[in-house]
Amino acid sequence: MFKYILKRIGMALLILLGVSFILYALLRCMPMDFIEQRIVNLATSGITVTEEFKQQMYKTYGLDGNIVEGYLNWLGNVCRLDFGKSFISQREVLSEIFNADRMGTSFFVAAVATVFEFLIAIPLGITAATHQYSVRDYAVTVLVIIGISLPSFFFGQVLKDVFANKLGWFPVSGMKDAGITYANGFEALVDYLRHMFLPILTITILSIGGRMRTTRTNMLEVLNSDYIRTARAKGLKEGTVIYKHAFRNTMIPLVTSLAGLIPSLFSGAMLTEQVFDLTGIGNYALNAMTQGDIPVIMTYNMFLAFLSVMGMLLADLMYGVVDPRVKLA
Amino acid sequence: MEENKELQTASSQEAEVLEATETVPAASVEDTETPLDKNVRLMSPTRMLFRRFFRSKLSITGLIMLIVLFAFCWLGPVVYQRWGETETDRTGKITYTDYSVSIDDGEFVQIFVTDNGINELAPPSADHLFGTDEQGMDVFTRLMYGGRLSLTISFLAVFLTSFLGIVLGGLAGFYGGVVDDIIMRISDVLICLPTLPLMLIIGTVLDANGVPSQYYIYLLMGLLSLFSWPGMARLVRGQILFLREQEYMVAAEAMGYSTARRIFKHLIPNILPQILVSMTMSLGSMILSESTLSYLNLGVRIPYASWGTMIQIAKDNYILQNNFNVWGAPGFCIIVAVLGFNFIGDGLRDALDPKQRR
Repeated sequence: MFKYILKRIGMALLILLGVSFILYALLRCMPMDFIEQRIVNLATSGITVTEEFKQQMYKTYGLDGNIVEGYLNWLGNVCRLDFGKSFISQREVLSEIFNADRMGTSFFVAAVATVFEFLIAIPLGITAATHQYSVRDYAVTVLVIIGISLPSFFFGQVLKDVFANKLGWFPVSGMKDAGITYANGFEALVDYLRHMFLPILTITILSIGGRMRTTRTNMLEVLNSDYIRTARAKGLKEGTVIYKHAFRNTMIPLVTSLAGLIPSLFSGAMLTEQVFDLTGIGNYALNAMTQGDIPVIMTYNMFLAFLSVMGMLLADLMYGVVDPRVKLA
Repeated sequence: MEENKELQTASSQEAEVLEATETVPAASVEDTETPLDKNVRLMSPTRMLFRRFFRSKLSITGLIMLIVLFAFCWLGPVVYQRWGETETDRTGKITYTDYSVSIDDGEFVQIFVTDNGINELAPPSADHLFGTDEQGMDVFTRLMYGGRLSLTISFLAVFLTSFLGIVLGGLAGFYGGVVDDIIMRISDVLICLPTLPLMLIIGTVLDANGVPSQYYIYLLMGLLSLFSWPGMARLVRGQILFLREQEYMVAAEAMGYSTARRIFKHLIPNILPQILVSMTMSLGSMILSESTLSYLNLGVRIPYASWGTMIQIAKDNYILQNNFNVWGAPGFCIIVAVLGFNFIGDGLRDALDPKQRR
């Protein structure tokens, strides 16, 4: 077991190396808008920009030399846990990304949405499976397939238009009402939740579908197995059969899929955050990408890649824990 | 061994036993002369598949939705030629704004006449069925052209992705060993690359290298396929690993069939169902990716139309509130298309599932 984990971690490091090289190479092909813009600004303000100065500029931002040199340089810095400074704000990338406003907001939205997703999707999946081919099954299936088919930016805009602009129940966008001082912490919390409601609703509705489909499929598979027939033949109550014998066995894929959720908890929903103008990490990364802020883009994407690798490893380990039939070697 | 043989025949040629009492009179039961296949109707697997597929209301709904949508996009512009894809309505629009002004001598009304050169953001009318967008282009016409582009691109991207996935997954599964290791490690790396950020970066790179805007989206989706084959490759590899160990494959090898024949005649037909389902489902998600990229201004550029590009203008809060006809219609089209593909994929999966009892 220990050897297996070590082997997998070694593999994960190799994967991350591959991912980081592809990302870095692509990023270096991006136009250096940011620095050229600065040079142009300096030139227009009357300072003569020498070729030497330009080279110096590229050097300070770590963009001199070819791609391989730059990559090795970046890798060396990362090994010393130095992820560089954001080109735009000149602050440490780590403190830019991992603060309450950015990562905090995204994590809050994603975590609440995930909880609701499970609370809604699993009971729906179970009823659809136990009432296979009934009206209920079809209704649930159609509804969740519609949920999967919605483009997040469009659905977010529809919700925004209806509930914020037309009905005025929720604020249109942003994190809090401008220019309002709260009497107490409770009011501030209520205001915060009001702003978070529509983004969370958007993400929840879009993600219910997939979860419900897998629950239904797994449940159907279990319901067709022999031990369920035995349980029924013993004369157990239907509720006991479904929730004690069947559902527990559908938990195996559910629990392991939890590990796969890790990246989405921290990645931030780029489009939804953009539609509702939240300050989350997704929106921040989107802006960084349009402005060519290489250290931020690199760190953000590598963080996501790291989480997916860890998620895959955890999922496999959890299989071993949850399902006694699986032996890891 | 005996059992296996029976299974083989059963799966390759499913037989449906008709209710003997109905078709054959009770008296003729003693009649031993009637051959067995008179009482049994033979159905090829393909026919069974069609029967199961068309029995599901969902798949029929999906099929109808897509047929209507395809007819709308490809036949629409042939029939309805009032406006072109990038044609701006220059009939102009004269708007009057009046203010009542009071001065010392009394009151009078001041009228501003604004003559706008283009007929922008017009409400739906007989002239413009869904109105016009902010550049005075007819939304209804752009829906049809946008649909052509969105659907074509998605099909191309899915075919390319599936082709890569099938070939690479097939190689990995069939040969195993070093080939398998290399292909699977590459796919691990690609799976860990976050898709949307990656597309954003590639989009900017393409932009910088001056790719003409008509071909831009094709190139972008082509590159997207280069990064999204691992899903299909894993599916194919898993299936081949499973099938390779089956007795009939061992038999095929023992009979000295060539590798090509084993792959194309014996393996591929058995994986085809899963591939088909997965392709149908990914058509839906490709449409979503294409429209997402266009929405982020990385796909099809104005003046060319795509559904995603057309929704983009709702980023303007004024248009979001007042011109639902402009951005709601393309959104609706995207939903119909994705929904259609998902319904069909779902129906196909049910129809192809051998464990299915209906």
